[in-house]
Amino acid sequence: MTDHTPTRTPAASHPDVWQELRHLTRARIGLPRAGNALRTSDVLDFQAAHAKARDAVHTPLDVNAMQAALGPVPSLVVHSQAADRATYLRRPDLGRRLAPECAQTLQQGPWDVVFVAADGLSSFATQQSAIPLFMATKQLLPDWHIAPLVIATQGRVALGDDIATCLKANMVVVMIGERPGLSVADSLGVYLTYAPYVGCPDSARNCISNIHPHGLVVLAAAAKLAWLMQQARTLKLTGIGLKDAAPDMALSPSTQISLPKDHDA
Amino acid sequence: MAYHYALGGETYRFEDLKTLLGKASAARSGDQLAGLAAETDAQRIAARYALADLPLTTFLTTALIPYEHDDVTRLIVDTHDGAAFAPLASMTVGEFRNWLLADTTTTAVLTAAASGITPEMAAAVSKIMRNQDLMAVSRKVRVITRFRNTIGLEGCLATRLQPNHPTDDLKGIAASTLDGLLRGMGDAVIGINPATDSVANGFDLLNMLDHARQRYDIPTQTCVLTHVTNTLEIMNKGGAVDLVFQSIAGTQKANEGFGVSLAILQEAYEAALSLKRGTLGQNVMYFETGQGAALSANAHHGVDQQTVEARAYAVARAYNPLLVNTVVGFIGPEYLYDGKQIIRAGLEDHFCAKLLGVPMGCDACYTNHAEADQDDMDNLMVLLAAAGITFLIGVPGADDIMLNYQSLSFHDLLSLRSLLGLKPAPEFALWLEQMGLYDTQTQHMLDRNPGQTLLGQMVRPT
Repeated sequence: MTDHTPTRTPAASHPDVWQELRHLTRARIGLPRAGNALRTSDVLDFQAAHAKARDAVHTPLDVNAMQAALGPVPSLVVHSQAADRATYLRRPDLGRRLAPECAQTLQQGPWDVVFVAADGLSSFATQQSAIPLFMATKQLLPDWHIAPLVIATQGRVALGDDIATCLKANMVVVMIGERPGLSVADSLGVYLTYAPYVGCPDSARNCISNIHPHGLVVLAAAAKLAWLMQQARTLKLTGIGLKDAAPDMALSPSTQISLPKDHDA
Repeated sequence: MAYHYALGGETYRFEDLKTLLGKASAARSGDQLAGLAAETDAQRIAARYALADLPLTTFLTTALIPYEHDDVTRLIVDTHDGAAFAPLASMTVGEFRNWLLADTTTTAVLTAAASGITPEMAAAVSKIMRNQDLMAVSRKVRVITRFRNTIGLEGCLATRLQPNHPTDDLKGIAASTLDGLLRGMGDAVIGINPATDSVANGFDLLNMLDHARQRYDIPTQTCVLTHVTNTLEIMNKGGAVDLVFQSIAGTQKANEGFGVSLAILQEAYEAALSLKRGTLGQNVMYFETGQGAALSANAHHGVDQQTVEARAYAVARAYNPLLVNTVVGFIGPEYLYDGKQIIRAGLEDHFCAKLLGVPMGCDACYTNHAEADQDDMDNLMVLLAAAGITFLIGVPGADDIMLNYQSLSFHDLLSLRSLLGLKPAPEFALWLEQMGLYDTQTQHMLDRNPGQTLLGQMVRPT
């Protein structure tokens, strides 16, 4: 089983009450014991989910497949200053900066917006959802002057600032693979930044997260994103100010005061 | 002042005390990211030799972060107990290590010395200690705290039951709580990380937990790990706050990044004390820490991540906490790259905190982009338990579906208690026995499902 939603046989002596309680949470509750330990099937289910999450981190983004999926729609390919995945994981600072040789390939605008599809921490998410999201959002913004899609490898969110600056784009949308969990390894996050610049704080961005087939679906995410972009253009800002102006939408400014964690996917 | 050491025909120079500490640290990605790590293995060992020769008094005369600029430094300096330090005053860092390990340095001796030891002294000596040294000394320290039960007794291992849910669904959280209680978890605390960090949400979650605790008369405490300012507001509204939670770090600027100051912590501490909800004791604070927090907030002042982390324990001990834990592998591979680094950091954090008299636990955990897995967590939990860790965290099946990382499962903790003959907190063990879940004779959790116990009524499927 790759999906951990369990379908196990109850012990013969008493009915498995857990079967019903599992409708309340995806947590791995009521796992039976082998002595004190987990039973074989649960140990292997866990390892399978962990393997999938690790593969999401380490499998390179298939850039050719993405370009093929775009067909005639123009795109550009860039990479960050992190030369490989091992460097990327250890040096978030390098993942935020564009490799100098890539800067020259970027066609200067002015553009209203540039969309960036970056691998982040889950290439599976980007591979699966970035192009459908780009195409769906584009359709909702017919009068916008949109730059070619930039496909970026070994990228973090702030790489979009560098890209937008080189392109002379007023706004940047970074679609990036989120840190994979055991239950969801293919979740895409979208970060919108108005008037981005290198060194732009995370509090100046808005984030839509949890985009995957079992979470926020692409069409709903596109509608939300297009609304945010239109508001950002009117208000000339993103971040806390835009969040406060938004109606009841599941979105958050990209910084929260919480336990230190790598929110910067 | 610069420090020098000659090793293998080369003389190594270390610009100042914080440089020396950084270079002497066991290798880790966070110090490399900050440019503070040793560049070669030989340089690292030269730094350790130089550090071993350093008088402990150096740390009383040299502030790593200036007194004028940092309230954590002021707290450390102003609360230093000279009388407790007197027996150590003539020692070098190297001699301090030998003294800590000596048979004559008993639990009572370490308890008496705690208020004379600064975080920087603890961090310094830890850098010249091997993993087994960190364990052997930690094992001798006893820090006992109380609220509705007794945490930290010899032969006991408490656990935090962490029933998180991605939408804070009350029934989903109740189902995970039930699972944990049936596995004997939750004597340290039943503590939820809320998905939504708001006053209203925290109030409702606390109400639900408190209701369950009272209904079954569970001798433990509950907590929603929301921001301290939210908890203050919840207390003002009459919410069921047992413990005040806050993430803390080792510099003023890093704490400001968390939106907290020492004054806010003091205000919350006094507010929680005034509620008098503890039945056995009044340790009302719960803190989480973790190496890399200061660096990630760009608030480390050029000090290595383990030393900054130890300074957070000085903040913690100022408020007589019931529980403190390092969330050791949560922060990601740019700070602790792999299982080896996570394990070392967990042992260091536990040692430094215990030496300062802090009731230290650990969330033995990792993220999916770190080079670590459940086998590393098995190693870490056994090492920490052998070192006398106060408590560990458990989540259903080791999979936290809200925070998307892996910790220990309830099963892991049962195995650990069994492997090392460790018991739950005594009041909690008695309650488990009364509920028909625990055999005191064999110290074994019975394998019960919800239908076989009163607790099963805690949550209904629909």
